[in-house]
Amino acid sequence: MKTKTLHTEEQIWEFIREVTDPEIPVLNIIEMGIARGVGIDEQGKVLVRITPTYSGCPAMNAIEKMVREKLEEKNIENFEVKLDFSEAWTTDWMTEEAKAKLKDYGIAPPEKTVADNDFLKSLSGTKIVPCPFCDSFETELQSQFGSTACKSQYFCNSCHQPFEHFKCI
Amino acid sequence: MSTTKELSLKESKVTYLLRLADDRLILGQRMSEWCGHGPVLEEDLALANMALDLIGHASSLYAYAAEVEGEGNDEDHFAYFRDDYDFTNLQLCELPKGDFAFTIARQFLFSSFSYFQYEKLKDSKDEQFAGMINKHLKEIKYHLRHSRDWVLKLGDGTEESKKRMQEAFDELWMYVGELFFIDGVDEMMLAKGNGADLLSFKDEWKNLVEDTLTEATLTVPDWNQFMMTGSRNGMHTEHLGPMLAQMQFLRRSHPDADWK
Repeated sequence: MKTKTLHTEEQIWEFIREVTDPEIPVLNIIEMGIARGVGIDEQGKVLVRITPTYSGCPAMNAIEKMVREKLEEKNIENFEVKLDFSEAWTTDWMTEEAKAKLKDYGIAPPEKTVADNDFLKSLSGTKIVPCPFCDSFETELQSQFGSTACKSQYFCNSCHQPFEHFKCI
Repeated sequence: MSTTKELSLKESKVTYLLRLADDRLILGQRMSEWCGHGPVLEEDLALANMALDLIGHASSLYAYAAEVEGEGNDEDHFAYFRDDYDFTNLQLCELPKGDFAFTIARQFLFSSFSYFQYEKLKDSKDEQFAGMINKHLKEIKYHLRHSRDWVLKLGDGTEESKKRMQEAFDELWMYVGELFFIDGVDEMMLAKGNGADLLSFKDEWKNLVEDTLTEATLTVPDWNQFMMTGSRNGMHTEHLGPMLAQMQFLRRSHPDADWK
């Protein structure tokens, strides 16, 4: 006998949309490509799959906890939040809307990843990242790493503002 | 006198995974020592971020090793409850962090080697392992970019930065031989389609190192000099013990505490 469920998968997905990235609160975890899927099994148990971004990302524990808290807030008791390692997270999973929001927030969004067959050749060059504030290309890389593992640091020589870039991975 | 015993397939796989994990945990731990002590703010962040990456890599490798071993162990067991002669990390990884030049030089040597090694491992038959490697590889590339940029900046820099960079490579050189240590464990993994043929990229790696050092106006030390050995069989420098004591003390003091 199939147990009646209180919510549909779409409704659960909408609840998950309310969970924002703790470091970049303008983005929700669906736009980030972190929330990968929602399912409801025959016993009415809700299963949410999330994928970690960077290996050492310290925010992932917080995000997992936030998803649990959100489901509890919506009075869902029978659930499981599962970390899905089957596919490596990539910035290609971020929506265009998410990238626009990042830019508005002052973080240069990631471009589409390109096949890294010539990684060794590309070692000597650095790609140009446009300034999210003034759109100038007269920017320079300060460091491959920034306030979080996923961002690098740049300086704009046109408007003289430092900014961060969400690294393509 | 034989020092290596015949390992079963499962034992070989666990040993192989632990070697990779130990390298990353120990190096990650060393790098984390820079946290709060970086030469500039940006590098404090960079080094801490890379340490996090490496510890993250170690964590997933340990978890997988525990799964393959099937004896009810977890990541904490391997990281906190083994003694120095059980660790199989490269001696290169356990050396004290030294000055910034030393850290950068070591990072460059390790990251470049790992890049080539992971390029071979990413097509492993074991899907779970391959998935892990593919993820780590993306992050290692940034480590390599970062350290290579600094080797060039510091080598071809001021008189002092060049001197420190050269001294760093000269001191590290005798630990480089171990990168290409190969034994039955590697062969067993390769036979099952899950290993990396280290000799297949040795020349390419040496060329990258030589090109980088030359571009940085540094002298490449002698590839044929004396090289340290033994780490893959648990023989370490005097530096590993004290470091483990500091790393493991808290966890070992409360062995039954729930850390989750």
